[in-house]
Amino acid sequence: MMFNGKGSFGDFDTIAAISTPYGTGGVGIVRISGPGAFGTAARIFKGRRDIKEIKSHTVSHGKIVDPADDRIIDDVLLTKMDGPHTFTGEDVIEINCHGGIVVLKNVLSLVLRQGVRAAGPGEFTRRAFINGRMDLAQAEAVIDLINAKTDEGSRAAAAQLEGRLSERIASARKSLIQLIARIEAVVEYPEHDIEDITGDIVYEGVLKIRDELQEISEGFERGRLLREGITAAIIGKPNAGKSSLLNVLAGSSRAIVTDIPGTTRDIIEEYINIKGIPVRFLDTAGIRQTQDPVESIGVERARGAALSADLVIIVLDGQTGLLPEDLDIIRETAEKKRIVLINKTDVADEERVQTMKKRLRESGDPPVVVTSMVEGTGVDELAETIERLFVSGDIGLNNEVIITNVRHKQLIDEAISSLEEAEAAHTGGLPLDFATIDIKQSAEFLGQITGESVTEEVVNEIFSQFCIGK
Amino acid sequence: MEYSAGNVDIAVVGAGHAGCEAALAAARLGMKTLLFSMNLDSIANMPCNPNIGGTGKGHLVREIDALGGEMAKCADKTLIQSKTLNSAKGPAVYSLRAQVDRRWYQAEMKNTLECQDNLFIKQAEVVEIITGDSCRVTGVKTHTGAVYSCKAVILTTGTYLKGKIHVGDISYSGGPDGLFPADRLSDSLREKGIELLRFKTGTPARLNGRSIDLSKLTEQPGDEVIVPFSFENHVIEREQISCWLTYTNSTTHEIIRSNLHRSPLYGGMIEGIGPRYCPSVEDKIVRFADKEHHQVFVEPMGLGTQEVYLQGMSSSLPEDVQTEMIRSLPGLENAHIMRSGYAIEYDCIDPIQLKLSLESKKIPGLFSAGQINGSSGYEEAAAQGLIAGINAVNMIRGREPLILDRSQAYIGVLIDDLVTKGTSEPYRIMTSRSEYRLLLRQDNADLRLTPKGYEAGLISEERYKRFLDKKDKIEEEIERLRNTYLPPSEEVNALLTSLGSTNIRSGISIAELLRRPEITYRALEAVDVDRPGHLRRDDRRKYDPVAEQVEISVKYEGYIKRQMIQVEQYRKMERKHIPENIDYSAIHGLRLEARQKLAKQRPVSVGQASRISGVSPADISVLLIYLSSRPECADD
Repeated sequence: MMFNGKGSFGDFDTIAAISTPYGTGGVGIVRISGPGAFGTAARIFKGRRDIKEIKSHTVSHGKIVDPADDRIIDDVLLTKMDGPHTFTGEDVIEINCHGGIVVLKNVLSLVLRQGVRAAGPGEFTRRAFINGRMDLAQAEAVIDLINAKTDEGSRAAAAQLEGRLSERIASARKSLIQLIARIEAVVEYPEHDIEDITGDIVYEGVLKIRDELQEISEGFERGRLLREGITAAIIGKPNAGKSSLLNVLAGSSRAIVTDIPGTTRDIIEEYINIKGIPVRFLDTAGIRQTQDPVESIGVERARGAALSADLVIIVLDGQTGLLPEDLDIIRETAEKKRIVLINKTDVADEERVQTMKKRLRESGDPPVVVTSMVEGTGVDELAETIERLFVSGDIGLNNEVIITNVRHKQLIDEAISSLEEAEAAHTGGLPLDFATIDIKQSAEFLGQITGESVTEEVVNEIFSQFCIGK
Repeated sequence: MEYSAGNVDIAVVGAGHAGCEAALAAARLGMKTLLFSMNLDSIANMPCNPNIGGTGKGHLVREIDALGGEMAKCADKTLIQSKTLNSAKGPAVYSLRAQVDRRWYQAEMKNTLECQDNLFIKQAEVVEIITGDSCRVTGVKTHTGAVYSCKAVILTTGTYLKGKIHVGDISYSGGPDGLFPADRLSDSLREKGIELLRFKTGTPARLNGRSIDLSKLTEQPGDEVIVPFSFENHVIEREQISCWLTYTNSTTHEIIRSNLHRSPLYGGMIEGIGPRYCPSVEDKIVRFADKEHHQVFVEPMGLGTQEVYLQGMSSSLPEDVQTEMIRSLPGLENAHIMRSGYAIEYDCIDPIQLKLSLESKKIPGLFSAGQINGSSGYEEAAAQGLIAGINAVNMIRGREPLILDRSQAYIGVLIDDLVTKGTSEPYRIMTSRSEYRLLLRQDNADLRLTPKGYEAGLISEERYKRFLDKKDKIEEEIERLRNTYLPPSEEVNALLTSLGSTNIRSGISIAELLRRPEITYRALEAVDVDRPGHLRRDDRRKYDPVAEQVEISVKYEGYIKRQMIQVEQYRKMERKHIPENIDYSAIHGLRLEARQKLAKQRPVSVGQASRISGVSPADISVLLIYLSSRPECADD
């Protein structure tokens, strides 16, 4: 077999790493890949059968035993997979461990003691790519998967991994190639009675494919949210409950919460999963006039954070009503996506809260959520509001293609703008040949995502679709 | 008996379109050149269609001319109908095509060869290539035992190598057009370790034109103005003759269908691979079964003959079926067939064994061009012949070979495709094979290539001066158009209105105005008072190459610039040279298939490597990483 160790691909060494499965599985995996994978497994795995007798792509139960002192490390499920039909294209062993992170690390270090090298980040993927097991789009999706910060992120990455992006790009590209072939058939064989293709037909075709690409491209903004998360600055005057909000959201005492105004003097960050979107919350110093030089630096930073954040959460104290500095903040953030929280409703006067709501409607009408950090009320509504603001409600996470890779987004956008050039060539009255140049360019950009060239395909398409030739 | 027949510099084997160009180029560059042909009356023969040019092919003819080749000049002398195809589809795909008087063309070319100093012509069959130390070519041997010593051999054997003719269930050993095949040279090549392919092509029947009722056919006349192929010719005034169009019908298709079992193609007698763009009529009917009609063009074979060619009816069905199906066409009911259609199988070299210079990688001094390299078509053959001729001379003189890249010429596209990708069928050039076809126009072939032809030594000082003068005139005029402003006068706006264009409200440069699709260079003449006299309308000379060049360059400037940016990208990869001694087995991460293909073909650059089939973008990344770790592999 081509990949089983001593074959012609024996020039890679054997690597291993802990790889956690997609999503939030409780079981961890130690994966070994390379020519020495089976030999390593044979030394440390004690099951009903010897490694070499285990069939490829089957799971076996057994124990991991340190050959140095016969100590049992874990009770495991081991999967043996012969190359090249594996993720990396090489021989692969996967050891499913039960015993949590400490045991995982012990198994890994045992594997490494057998002369296996610890894999670098993304090294399995690199091998998979080099061994032709995945195209560029898929390889990049795996890298995204490794870096994905929350579950939705992993699912988008997993969907991309399965090639949905590749599939849709390939289908748009195929349509372009067919369109080019139609034009080229007429151009190469001008005297054959092939139905002449008019600029209008080409134009229609171009518009349709452009819309399709536009749709894919729009998926990127959402992909970016899933991948990089959004930044939300929590601001408000001192002691309105900003740090408490963060603590409630994070479920731990990350920020220092006291009832002395101005406790948070710098920015505190926390990544929190809100409805599948990784949100980076910045807890800022309360914004107020202050003589304390340290605190005033904090206040400046808070304003800076608010201005560069994707979302501003303004926390108001329900007890005090709307103060002039609250209105200042609301005015300053008029251009931003924002949510106003009226906090401390457990102790605040109901009528005062209503008045605040009314006045907020008059001053820019930001989305308002009434909360009590002490009782934990309103937090779900806040999460829903965040989701609504950023994913405009109607984007289901299940079936769409989400681009999470900047390179893909750029190439798709280039492909779109080439098609726009083709439209301009048509509307500008240029001969068909110019639009063809743009359409080819567009197909070329899409091909860079999956790694294909246009010319040969066009020629093949011409001859398969049209009866031409002397 | 063998005997020593003398010494030459270069031996050219075969006097078809490739051989003629190769021999002329070599002799013109001062080499003592010997051209062999099995039959001197078949020099420069057109055993298939009697025309030269067409889409992509017309571009090649112009490039041959720009480099100092002969085909364009010979075609201009002997053409009997001229057309510019695709004139409405954009300048990149305008293509010249001419019907040519076949015998006249042959006579002209033969005479040109005969008049050429340093060139000797010999009727003989070459049966063996003789090699010496390290496989280097030292001579050739003919069927009569004559051994000629030489420093380079150019093989231009067309479809003659082990040629086999098929007409229905009849097959026999034979060359094209009723000539003898060359049965022994293939064996000599194989003995030298050259891998051969077996290809197939075919041709339709020839009829006596007098037996056709032209009233039932549609006339296809030539264009009013004859645009010459050669940049050296400006005006051709000649009476043209027409082609005629008819169609197949359901009766034709039925005749073919019910006789398919008698076709050597469908009966499995032919093993060679035929070209997709030149399908036999039986092929068309099988593959496009729902098409009710297929076009058939009747093309005259020349002025001094009644023989006509039936384009679209290429067939290897038995004679009786050919007669029946041809007579089912409107107007051809009483057609008299003079020569039957046939298929021909022949040996050719797998072109991936060649360098981009068209020299064999294995046998130094052995060059090849034309159908033997897996191509098809007179123009493709001539283009390769010219390059092989030039490079055989360069090799002997120890000079760098002339290699045109894909962004410089269709000749570059043709040779790179053959040599780098190989071919699984006879290869035809097409404009869509070029990535940069807006730059590789037929109108600017001289601007692209005449300096190269001059450098190679095939363009005379006198012609080069004329070329530089034309170039200057073009540049001056473009500059003038950019800097000459038309006022928003009544006269100008009246002209614009009459051309269906919008009026101008302030001064505008002529160049700017010319970018409007509805405005032509000629149309602005009346308001362009400073236009130089030589660019003003002249009814005696309806076609002006300078005006054409100026107009295209200005009108499509934006697009031209964009393609030039793409060319820069492409050249980056072409400039990444791969050292000759590279050991692919030492490169970690190359897939087995890529490693084998790269080791076999030994591409000269990363760009060329990326075009080899079976080498993936991932392999190229691996190769790039490997090369970047070797300091001697820096770009040059």
